[in-house]
Amino acid sequence: MSQKIILGAKEIGITLERLACQLVENHSNFENTVLIGIQPRGAIFADRIKTILELNYNLKDIKLGYLDITFFRDDFRRRDKPIEASQTQIDFLVEDKKVIFIDDVLYSGRSIRAALTAIQSFGRPSNIELMALIDRRFSRSLPIQPDYKGRKVDSYDGEKVVVKWIEQDGEDGVYFEQKTTK
Amino acid sequence: MSQLSVDHLLGIKGLKREDIELIFTTADNFKEVINRPIKKVPSLRDLTIANLFFENSTRTRLSFELAEKRLSADVVNFSASSSSVSKGETLIDTVNNILSMKVDMVVMRHPNPGAGVFLSKHIGARIVNAGDGAHEHPTQALLDTYSIRERLGCVEGKKVVIVGDILHSRVALSNIYALNLLGAEVMVCGPSTLIPKFIHTLGVKVETDLRKALEWADVANMLRVQHERQDLKYFPSIREYSQMYGVDMKLLNSLDKEIVIMHPGPINRGVEITSEVADSPQSIILDQVENGVAIRMAVLYLLASKIER
Repeated sequence: MSQKIILGAKEIGITLERLACQLVENHSNFENTVLIGIQPRGAIFADRIKTILELNYNLKDIKLGYLDITFFRDDFRRRDKPIEASQTQIDFLVEDKKVIFIDDVLYSGRSIRAALTAIQSFGRPSNIELMALIDRRFSRSLPIQPDYKGRKVDSYDGEKVVVKWIEQDGEDGVYFEQKTTK
Repeated sequence: MSQLSVDHLLGIKGLKREDIELIFTTADNFKEVINRPIKKVPSLRDLTIANLFFENSTRTRLSFELAEKRLSADVVNFSASSSSVSKGETLIDTVNNILSMKVDMVVMRHPNPGAGVFLSKHIGARIVNAGDGAHEHPTQALLDTYSIRERLGCVEGKKVVIVGDILHSRVALSNIYALNLLGAEVMVCGPSTLIPKFIHTLGVKVETDLRKALEWADVANMLRVQHERQDLKYFPSIREYSQMYGVDMKLLNSLDKEIVIMHPGPINRGVEITSEVADSPQSIILDQVENGVAIRMAVLYLLASKIER
């Protein structure tokens, strides 16, 4: 397995600040906007964005929820190993709210497709936007594009983009992983 | 572990502790789902499940049906009383006919012990045992232990007494297996005529004095007296049974601790427990019913994930 760094801790910090800034540009005081982190890896990303919004822009009472999409995926029984579900934690309704989905890597778009269905269980949002830290271009299976993106990455099938967060993995970093063929 | 070690849920016997823990964590997620404004997920939308009930049921059948519908499966229902079984059709013929209508899973309740095992050897669908005679009722044991875990934080090390008609109870047997697997201490309590002779070989304590049993226990699971399975008189009268083995508030209040009261339903109010006890804060009977749907969703979901396309 070979590993190549795409973003280091410093670059991630800068990118997160930029993404938060873009959100404020579009949503100003977040009165009618809610953040939804897509479980499991988007949850930490969403926490980070919320913290930056609170500290740098003095915004209070930003609503943040975590959405697990396991039961809404379209690849149930099509994978070798089933995915283990994480917790959904949304203690508000999204009816008529502007929803921002936050996920670490946008690849085929199928997770987001599932999230679009899953969020309907919590009401009908007025609109939904998507923020992804890494946009893997040219690998989309569905017509889904991010509204806010950290970094665009071109990759082949078989390559993997891994996002590490200090809260969970002990460091901030985005890596390219490629299986070495013998 | 993300997959069950079994292809069918025929009983708790044969499951591993990790299987039960996986079912519990999956049920945690489904419990959140069924408390949403929209209580449905699309996971099983391409599967059809047949509920075959050769014996009467209200709770279990409704609970399975709700679980299936909340997973978006297509559901067909069958009950023996209104079917060709009464015309003399055999079990395999009945089920094969239903399966040729392309059914992927079968939830079955049957009066004969081992009916689920028998069926699993003869047909291709996944089987969930919803009670086979006086043998096992695995989903009930799962929801009972899940409810204990929910109320007391964990099952390991807890003392659980199962009170009543142990002899005819599939709930008792499945509960004993499940509680043993999860590391709880188990006692059975009831008139000696209703306690199987060799029950101690399952690693359970036996007590015939209800007060002593309750003083020992953290949880009391009160079973219903199964008149329909009792071919002869096991105790002199219902009145005497309820005096000796019925729980009322006076008895509960006289204990120096608060114990959790469970009942698999249907309750004979005034026999096993009084109305006051059934509706008291110590009772988790309605939590058991709610958890039943989440547990059955978890079981169906995990078994379905093993069906090849």
